[in-house]
Amino acid sequence: MELTLWTYEGPPHVGAMRIAASMEGVHYVLHAPQGDTYADLLFTMIERRDRRPPVTYTTFQARDLGGDTAELVKRSIQQAVDRFKPEALLVGESCTAELIQDQPGSLACGMDLGVPVVSLELPAYSKKENWGAAETLYQLCRGLLKSQVPAPGTDRPGPERWKEENRRPRVNLLGPSLLGFRCRDDVRELRGLLADHGIDVNVVAPLGARPADLIRLPQADANLCLYPEVAGPLCSWLERNFGTPVVRTVPIGIGATAQFLRELCALLGLEPPELREADQRSRLPWYSKSVDSTYLTGKRVFIFADATHAIAAARIASRELGFTVVGLGSYSREQAREVRAAAKELGLEALISDDYLEVEQAMAQAAPELVLGTQMERHSAKRLGIPCAVISAPLHVQDVPARYAPQMGWEGANVIFDSWVHPLMMGLEEHLIGMFRHDFEFVDGHLSHLGGAAAPAAQPMAAPVNEETEVTPLSATPEGGSLRWTASGEAELSRIPFFVRGKVRRNTEAYANERGVAEITEETLYEAKAHFSR
Amino acid sequence: MAQTSVLPPVLRESGQREVFCGLTSIVWLHRRMPDAFFLVVGSRTCAHLIQSAAGVMIFAEPRFGTAILGERDLAGLADANEELDRLVGDLLARRPEIRTLFLVGSCPSEVIKLDLAKAAERINTRMQGRVRVVNYSGSGIETTFTQGEDGALTSLVPLLPSNPEPQLLIVGTLADGVEERFLSLFARMGLETVRTLPPRQSTDLPPVGPGTRLLLAQPFVADTVRALERRGAQRIAAPYPLGVEGSCAWMAAAAAAFGIDPERVAAVLDPLAERGRRALEPLRRKLEGKRLFLLPDSQLEIPLARFLHRECGMELVEVGTPYLDRQLMAEELPLLPEGTQLSEGQDVEKQLERVRASRPDLVVCGMGLANPLEAEGFATKWSIELVFSPIHGCDQAADLAELFARPLNRRELLQWN
Ligand code: SF4
Ligand code: SF4
Repeated sequence: MELTLWTYEGPPHVGAMRIAASMEGVHYVLHAPQGDTYADLLFTMIERRDRRPPVTYTTFQARDLGGDTAELVKRSIQQAVDRFKPEALLVGESCTAELIQDQPGSLACGMDLGVPVVSLELPAYSKKENWGAAETLYQLCRGLLKSQVPAPGTDRPGPERWKEENRRPRVNLLGPSLLGFRCRDDVRELRGLLADHGIDVNVVAPLGARPADLIRLPQADANLCLYPEVAGPLCSWLERNFGTPVVRTVPIGIGATAQFLRELCALLGLEPPELREADQRSRLPWYSKSVDSTYLTGKRVFIFADATHAIAAARIASRELGFTVVGLGSYSREQAREVRAAAKELGLEALISDDYLEVEQAMAQAAPELVLGTQMERHSAKRLGIPCAVISAPLHVQDVPARYAPQMGWEGANVIFDSWVHPLMMGLEEHLIGMFRHDFEFVDGHLSHLGGAAAPAAQPMAAPVNEETEVTPLSATPEGGSLRWTASGEAELSRIPFFVRGKVRRNTEAYANERGVAEITEETLYEAKAHFSR
Repeated sequence: MAQTSVLPPVLRESGQREVFCGLTSIVWLHRRMPDAFFLVVGSRTCAHLIQSAAGVMIFAEPRFGTAILGERDLAGLADANEELDRLVGDLLARRPEIRTLFLVGSCPSEVIKLDLAKAAERINTRMQGRVRVVNYSGSGIETTFTQGEDGALTSLVPLLPSNPEPQLLIVGTLADGVEERFLSLFARMGLETVRTLPPRQSTDLPPVGPGTRLLLAQPFVADTVRALERRGAQRIAAPYPLGVEGSCAWMAAAAAAFGIDPERVAAVLDPLAERGRRALEPLRRKLEGKRLFLLPDSQLEIPLARFLHRECGMELVEVGTPYLDRQLMAEELPLLPEGTQLSEGQDVEKQLERVRASRPDLVVCGMGLANPLEAEGFATKWSIELVFSPIHGCDQAADLAELFARPLNRRELLQWN
């Protein structure tokens, strides 16, 4: 048993729903108690979809448990097939149904429904949403493609067969799905990017695909694994069975997009992309080089997201925006190895956790000036008075915007520049607040370009201020309450610009603790400052 | 209520139900009693449900959480009990300000027959009065949406002190402002001892006894009422305080039960009713003659339909309720117009076919259906808002009507050429 106040991922059957709802012509019969239909509103409200997800729930109640729930399952399956006439049917269980073991999948397989049936085994007590999505996509494709798998030892066509066949090369875009972060626009951006390089898109899946499209997956010359959380297992399976090579670089950021293009072109035997393409097609490089961005140098940033977006963000932050990454982590245990490697490159230890309190604590300890995270980090950051931008699911309705807002490709980099820099205080304001702190309008912690939105209290890391945030202070005084700030110490601390004040407070306290100093005066603060600047 | 009307037989359907489970009620109960903690014993699905329903509120001070069952807990109940005790111990050590702990049962905990009542007893003994631990079920297999509140309140009834003195006890969550308003109105009538369940502090429980008269603010508290009746309380028959008519009848029924002079009651209520009706006038013009279809959700549907028909002139196509308690609806049903089609339970696909066939002007439904129906061209009002908004009382009648007029206004307002 594990106490959870907030969960980064839903149960695995929600992942399966994401696959079904992303596709056309697929229906999902879910054996689940009355009440589990709440998941519909993830699609109708957060994704703002104009139709119900293609899911039929058995919605059993306590009184059904005495009777024949298997009969209920069969009835639901038959009715769903009759009513929705799907081209493929997914059948599975939610966590409660898993306990009563009606085996809905095998029931469906025995029913002669006239459509391909995929029986889903998603262990709800050990796996989570992304795993469920990946497994569902994999099982669905495997089921539909089984008969096509060439016998072992057969010659597999190479990625350059397009030349012999006298056509343009074509690739699959795998992984984009509903409730993924900005998938809708990432697909559009990549279509454009690929078209510019003379590459066609064979199939995009699961988003927008029909079962018939999945049957065409082996016709591609390469697979682009855009969201490894969802498409990783499928890409590996296609590679093993059909020999289709996989490009695993995720094109988020300038460097990653350029690398992605180089890899893809080399694989397909195309001319390598022009070196200047990024500078010509994206504004991020110039915006980041321009003098206005100088104040971004060394800004301390804390990153927590799904593995794909966390790794991409770390690269952009450290190499393309000149930030200092002070924390990197992910809730995606399946991709923990990759995140650890990325963290190691930055001299950090990755935080792999799905406990948001632990993440909040790590955030407080790192005392960053900017947080790049999920919906939850937005709120931890708000609590701590730190500017923040959302870079990954889980997301809220505002992260499914009406406007074009990709993360991938050249335009994605433009979007990223704007949305990450926006929460930070603009350079001029930063200087003026550092110099004059008695202004009645531009008070400490005020971000006037946000219309005065975030106004953290004078001590951003201390006990939060209002009813909404009454938790135990995360970082006020570490090792016991023996430390005391004298009036002169406090006064000096308040002279530090607010966005680095948290860091200075922590450092000073650590320094005082180390030396057994009980009272922090202004001198202690400067000693600590000198100590840490070495 | 002299009037009676003839209603056709209730349509009873079984099939897919598109409703919330009782866990959802935690979303408002934890705000009402800030010194309580709601610990769901369930799965990741349950945790995911609450955070989806609570939306942005999840990030406020966490006063609810889920003990997520793992594979080990499923393998052996002995282990699960130990685990639960350990987890609760940790939680209470970390959060010493918690006064009442609700252990909330879910579908998984019910199916594996984890005995939360026993667990509550065990922990109570161990905590020796420092916190009170109670339990109820919010599982989808047993409860629908607002029935979760009924369960929570029922679990508190044994803890109420006994007191035979006469008092009025209002049962069911009211918004703070609405509650204060009712108390001051009752005071004006000379009814001084008025208490509420749930209280604002979980430790500040009202007493109960033979002198207690129950006035139901919400229609979904059937089990609570029965538990209170077993302790000597008596229910005051009244419609629910929605709209001018319902609210006045509700307050008047309470006053009558305490033998207050009707003239004094009228002196308080008449000006309110007069003002309330005036405020309703423009909204009535908007809603009059519009055809309304309510899908089952909270059990508020019947009183809402009554208000929207009688005070706003809407026509009722179908009034769905997840559960129909005839006793608690005895004062409402006769106020529905003749021929009103009631339905209890749901087969959502068939019900949607009826919606499409009858082409109502406004559909009251859950959030899983609202946008899809809008896309089909129906104006909708999502129902969960009705549980989160101050809608009770004469002064709120116009606001309540406005909730239904707004989607219609909006449709007229928007134009694309
Ligand atoms: S409004 Fe404030 S908390 Fe929200 S994203 Fe912007 S800077 Fe962050
Ligand atoms: S319906 Fe049951 S399993 Fe689903 S969230 Fe509610 S209590 Fe949990």
